[in-house]
Order: sequence, then C-alpha cells, then structure tokens
Amino acid sequence: MQGDLSRLRNFVWPHQDDPKERLLLDPIPQEEMNQIMLRPMMKAGPGYWLTVVLLALVVAGALFGYWFYMIRWGMGVAGIRRPVGWGVFIATFVFWIGISHSGTFVSAILRVFNAEYRRPITRAAELMTSFSLLAGAIFPVLHLGRPWTVYYMLPIPNQRLLWDNFQSPLSWDLLAITTYLLSSTIYVYLPMIPDLAMARDRTKGWRHVLYKLTSLGWRGLEYEWHYLHKTINIFAFAIIPIMFSVHTIVSWDFAMAKQIGWRSSIFGPYFVVGAIFSGVSAVIAVLLVVRKTMNLQYFLRKEHFEALAKLVLIFSFTWAYFFFNDYLIEWYGGEWVGHQLLTLQARGPLAPFWYTMIFFNIVVPWATLWSKKVRQSPTALFFIALGIQVGMYMERFIIIPGFLQRQRLPFDWGEYNPRPVEFSIAIGTLALFCLLYVLASRVIPLIPVWEVLEGQLSHSRRRIGKTVVTSVAELE
Amino acid sequence: MSETKTGHKWTMIVDLDRCTGCQACVVACHAENNVPTVGPEEVGMGRSRHWIRIERYWDGEYPDIRARFIPIMCQQCAHAPCEPVCPVFASYHSDEENLNVQVYNRCIGTRYCANNCPYSVRVYNWFDPYFPEPLEQQLNPDVTVRYRGIMEKCTFCIQRIKRAEDAAQAEGRLLHDGDVVPACVQACPTKVFTFGDRNDEHSEVAELARSRRGFHVLEDLGTDPSVIYLKGGESHAG
Repeated sequence: MQGDLSRLRNFVWPHQDDPKERLLLDPIPQEEMNQIMLRPMMKAGPGYWLTVVLLALVVAGALFGYWFYMIRWGMGVAGIRRPVGWGVFIATFVFWIGISHSGTFVSAILRVFNAEYRRPITRAAELMTSFSLLAGAIFPVLHLGRPWTVYYMLPIPNQRLLWDNFQSPLSWDLLAITTYLLSSTIYVYLPMIPDLAMARDRTKGWRHVLYKLTSLGWRGLEYEWHYLHKTINIFAFAIIPIMFSVHTIVSWDFAMAKQIGWRSSIFGPYFVVGAIFSGVSAVIAVLLVVRKTMNLQYFLRKEHFEALAKLVLIFSFTWAYFFFNDYLIEWYGGEWVGHQLLTLQARGPLAPFWYTMIFFNIVVPWATLWSKKVRQSPTALFFIALGIQVGMYMERFIIIPGFLQRQRLPFDWGEYNPRPVEFSIAIGTLALFCLLYVLASRVIPLIPVWEVLEGQLSHSRRRIGKTVVTSVAELE
Repeated sequence: MSETKTGHKWTMIVDLDRCTGCQACVVACHAENNVPTVGPEEVGMGRSRHWIRIERYWDGEYPDIRARFIPIMCQQCAHAPCEPVCPVFASYHSDEENLNVQVYNRCIGTRYCANNCPYSVRVYNWFDPYFPEPLEQQLNPDVTVRYRGIMEKCTFCIQRIKRAEDAAQAEGRLLHDGDVVPACVQACPTKVFTFGDRNDEHSEVAELARSRRGFHVLEDLGTDPSVIYLKGGESHAG
C-alpha cells in the first residue's frame, strides 16, 4: 500500500506539456521586451529595400501592367472561353479570401476560447487577414469585362432608380467582403493602440508623429484599459459570424448555380473549413519568416508553431471529411455529367491537379504532423504549410474552371488552358500581399507586446509538492 | 411567370425532322444582329460568337451512322437561371414580351449568367468587334454593335418584334400571326422554325406547341423555355 502511493506520487504523465514555453513564463524586463519588438522595426538594411523594390516591380508589372493590358484589349487575352467563364482569377480570389480566415480564426476564436498561447501570434495573423482581403478584393473588379463600370454594383442612389440586384450572390459577395475588410481592419487596429503608444514613447521623427496620431492619445489609464478590453471582446465575438458568413457566401457564388459539381448544399461549411485550413497554415509560413527575419525568437517559440500545427492537422481531417462527402454524393448520385467530372479528375486533364491536392492536403499532413518532432521543426513546418497552400489552390482550381469544362450538353464541353496573363496577375497579387506585409513589418509592431505581458502577469507558476503548476488569475 | 396571359409569349418551334444542318440560320443571325466573325483561332478556343448554333451529334456506329442536328439558341426561359445571378439587372425579364433581355449598357461583364446558363448560349465579347471589309457596310442600324466586355445572346430578333408592333399600332390593329419573322426563321430553307405568340390561341405556334412530339431541352431543370423542339427521326410516335 505504501509502495503504491509513492509510485503514484512520483508518476509523471508521459505527454504532459509544460506550458512554460507556450505562455512565455520566463519573463524578461518589460523594456527589454519592447526593444525586441522595436529594434527590427527601426532597422531596414539593403536586403530589406531590395526586397521592397523587387516586390514593387512585380506588383507594378505583373499585376497592374497586365491588368491595364487586359483592360486595353479585352478579357480575350486571358484563357477563359465558353463554357469556362471563370478561371484562374476567380480561383485566386477564393484562395485569398481563404487566407483571410487565418487572422480571424487564430485571433478571434482563440481569444474567445481563452487559448492563452495565442497572445504573441494574433497581430501577425490579423494583418494577414486585412492584406489578403485587399489582394483578393482586386479580382472581382479585375475579372469584369468592363471594370470601369464596377460602381454599377454599388447601391448608389441615382436618378434612374437603378439598383443592384440583391438576388445575385455577387451582390452578397460585395457586401460580405466589404464588411469583413472593414471589421477586420478595425479589429486589427484596436489591440494595436497600446503598442502604438509604446512605440510613440520610444521613437523620434516621422515615426513619432505617426504613432502619436494613430495611438489616439493613449495614456494607459485604468478606464482606457477597461474600455479597450470590452471593445476587443465585443469585436472578437462579432467578427466570428462575419468570418463564417464571408466564405459561406463566396461558396454560394458556386453552390447557388446550376453547374454540375457546384450545386452542392455542403459547399458552405466545406469552403469555410478549407479556408481555415489554408489560412492557419499560411499563418505558420508567414510567422516563420517573420520570426527568422526580425529575430523574434523570444516571442515566437516552437511550441506556438506546434500548437498551430495541431490545428492544421485537425483541419486537414475536417477538410478531408467534407471532401469525401462531396465526392461520394456526386459519385453515388450517378448523374452522367457528374461522373464525367469525376473521371476528369481521376484520369482526365484534371488528374495532375487532383492528385497534387490530395497529396498536399491529406497525405503530407497526415503522414507527418502526428509527430511532435515534425511539429516542432520550423523547416519541416514551413514546407508542409506551403504545400497546403498549393493543395488548396488546386482545390479551387478544380472546382471553378475545372468543373465548368463539363456541361450537360456534350457539344458545349471545352478545355480551359490558362494563359500567361492570368498566372502573372495571380503572382502579382501574391507580390502585393508580400509587399504590404513587408512594408507593415517596419511600421506596425507585429507582436502585441502588451498582450504578452498581460499573459505573463496573469499566469504564475507555483510549486505544489513536487510538481510545478501553472495558475491563472483573471485580470478583468 | 409562365402562366401570365398579359403581353406576348413569343415562342419558337424547332422541328428537328426538317433540319439539314445547313447553317443558313447562323449566317442570317450574324447578318441581322451585327454579330462579328472571329476567325478560326478564336473559334477553336470555343469563342465562336454564334447566337444560334447547330449542334451535331452522331447517332450509331460506322457504317450504320447518321448525323443529328439540333439548332440551339437562347431558350428564353420563363424561369431563367441567368437572371437572378446578375448583380446589376443586365440580364432581366421583360414581362411585356415574356423574353429574357440583355441590357448591354448595364452589363459589367461578370460572366456569371454564362456560367449559370445550362444551354451555354450566352456569348461574351472577348475583344472589340471587327468587321472585315465589306462587312462593315452591312451593319444593321436597328441593332447595337456591342463592345468588349459585354455579354450578349439571341434576342428572338427583338428589333423585328418591335418594328412589327409599331407597324400594327400605326395601322390601328392587333398583331397578326406571322407578322414577326426572326432572321433565322426567314432564312431557313426547310422551314425548321415556326415563330409566333403562344398567347394568341389560334397562332401556328400554339397549335404546334400541343404536338405530342414536343419537348424542351433539359426539361428536368425546370427553366420552362420558350423554345419547343419537335422530336425527329424514328423516335417519335405520331
């Protein structure tokens, strides 16, 4: 009996994680923390400027250059054709809107559920939301035949009483995306105010002026903190349904249509899960670059990436579940055109995309991310995360231009071959996203220092008997 | 609202037994509606601009094989899938004529209507139109020349409908059956097409619409098209 008890007392759970690393429970002086964040922001070497110039050139040439070329000559310079009315442009649009779910998911959902490890990674993820929305929002304008008439879609009161058609999923799209862009921008700005004030007090020159303006006279008084916490909380709850609605509505662009392969009632959650899947893995890739280039190893530890990698694995499972559902029902339904689509994916021209998608979205995450060693290896995670981006892009490509190639009347079938203009514009928006992020990394503190500090203050480690236990104090 | 008796219900009857696949209707439509030709490369890419096309299907195996032709133009659906998806009401339903009309000036070119058309009859202006000499001399003044970035499709020659209506009004009479003759109907040497107002119970189309050979293309979709095909070959009984 006595022997049993002592064995029990000395028992260590084999997989018990020590939260010390995730929660950064090795505090350093506050000023040192501020400086870790501010130092890389002040430093912009030749490598940085070279990156900026290169990205700006790509944006100017590949995106805007080709866009003007397309405006001048017409949509015909792209590879789209009858019956494939939407091609690489709309696939890339859905891709970017998918990436935009990263920030809200990591930040708002983890905030609402009090996942404490989120603290250092929220801001970098939220910024991705805003920038990828900007990159994505270009496409609905760009893919128009007459982009100069885009304002016809806006409900502007006018003399001829012409309104936009609220029955059209494209009108819903417009409303959803503008709402999301607006709310996510406010949501990234609010928690930034104390950090901007911190930067204001430690900078000179134009930065000081900028931070003074943007920190809105923040002094750190108690009632300011009280209001800030309250507002962030309201926004965190409010932005979650917006996030779900945005990608559901994007999926309705397809699910509402009569096209075989599109008209599926599962598309809403399927797209939302796919968006979060690609979004969270994009956060991993971007955070790894940020950590490396800005020396933020103190804030971003391998335990954070491990936690995100677990999320990625869970969403890979969920995505595969929806994918299987969608596939099975099309196959079981036995409609002739539906079977043509499945053949197109398994053996036809879509096969390379289809197998790439399955490889990167299912095979690679399932084969690797169960291992703690892989989840804690930055290099492995970086490539797995990039692979998921490729896989999810393939998914969008298959669903949009891929499925449009097969119609009910076989006479109307057509093969879609994207042209350089389309690839170049898609790459141009990638460069735009990177450029915005690279520029912002020198102006916006990418780590919410005050939130990290708050986390450190609210957690303490106590020794109880032989074990060390982390205890939490509610600050609010 | 297919049941309304207000206005007209313009209807096309296509008798598949009569079609020889000669494409005269296609040429007539190009000439009447200022539809440009686009050249072999673009046609090879699936960017032919025909508002009406002859779909050819092979029936049987060589040597016991025969070609079947089916002219496909805009079906002028009563429940048109292209209409609700347009964000700017460019694709819109005319209650007066019971036609699906396209407002060129309003169209911003999202191509959503074309994606959602199960008949793939909507034609997009990929580039500015080009009429090689002397074709630019024969443009129809009653029809707009459409520029790049705009969706268009068969209108049932709405300019001819309007002209006939104006003439009838000027003469102070109602429209007679046969007053309106779209270009494809006029050009067809084998009289495949019959065009008229189905709301007029004594019209020829109202008669033919009751035929037991009649069917709609992709009828199961519930689009309720205004084009009625009469079965051809041996497949019909009576």
